[in-house]
Amino acid sequence: MLVRVTADELRADEAIAAVASPAAGAIDLFLGVVRDNNLGRRVGHLVYEAYPSMAEKVMAEIGAEAKERFGLEACAILHRTGRLEIGETSLLIAISSAHRASAFEGGRWLVDTIKKKVPVWKKEVWEDGEAWIEGPESLGMQQAPAGLTG
Amino acid sequence: MTVLLFASIAEAAGARRIELPVAAGDTVAAVRERLLADRPALRRFVPTLMYAVNEEYVRDDAAVPDGATLALIPPVSGG
Repeated sequence: MLVRVTADELRADEAIAAVASPAAGAIDLFLGVVRDNNLGRRVGHLVYEAYPSMAEKVMAEIGAEAKERFGLEACAILHRTGRLEIGETSLLIAISSAHRASAFEGGRWLVDTIKKKVPVWKKEVWEDGEAWIEGPESLGMQQAPAGLTG
Repeated sequence: MTVLLFASIAEAAGARRIELPVAAGDTVAAVRERLLADRPALRRFVPTLMYAVNEEYVRDDAAVPDGATLALIPPVSGG
């Protein structure tokens, strides 16, 4: 399974090649890209930080679970770190499967689960400031008592 | 043992890596409290903090073996 945390640009052709399989009738590709706004603020760029060794380990575990749950042929998960400009790809997932339904469902589950568990963080940089983002879907936010999540 | 800090909590601590002595029977919570005793400003992170010992998520009542790496993990926001 191709799993990587890297400061280098993510390339879709590499991820597609990594999941190619004669048994696959579908390849699903997901790109998480940097957008120029969040919660009404204009975002200049993002800075991603990771706990690289653990992030790759958790991504491999999630990928193995997705293969099992959805009967996938293969999956590839790549996350970029460092400074990313608007429009650049921060997360790249490729999935191959015999049929399209499991590829779409597996892809959705993979992205959702990555956002919960993988130790990667993004900082938004605005014209007039910056802040580390706490993912609303992250496990840490889900354990917080009401009123302490802000 | 080694404590690793990331993102918001690393910035607030002004450190990404802190070496601490570990005592027999120490839990994650015990280590965290020793760390916070010297750095009270970090307490605000505790309600949403996750922990990993040797790159495995654990609860704060988990044991911290000698020589372990404990990571303090604020809410993740990858993707």
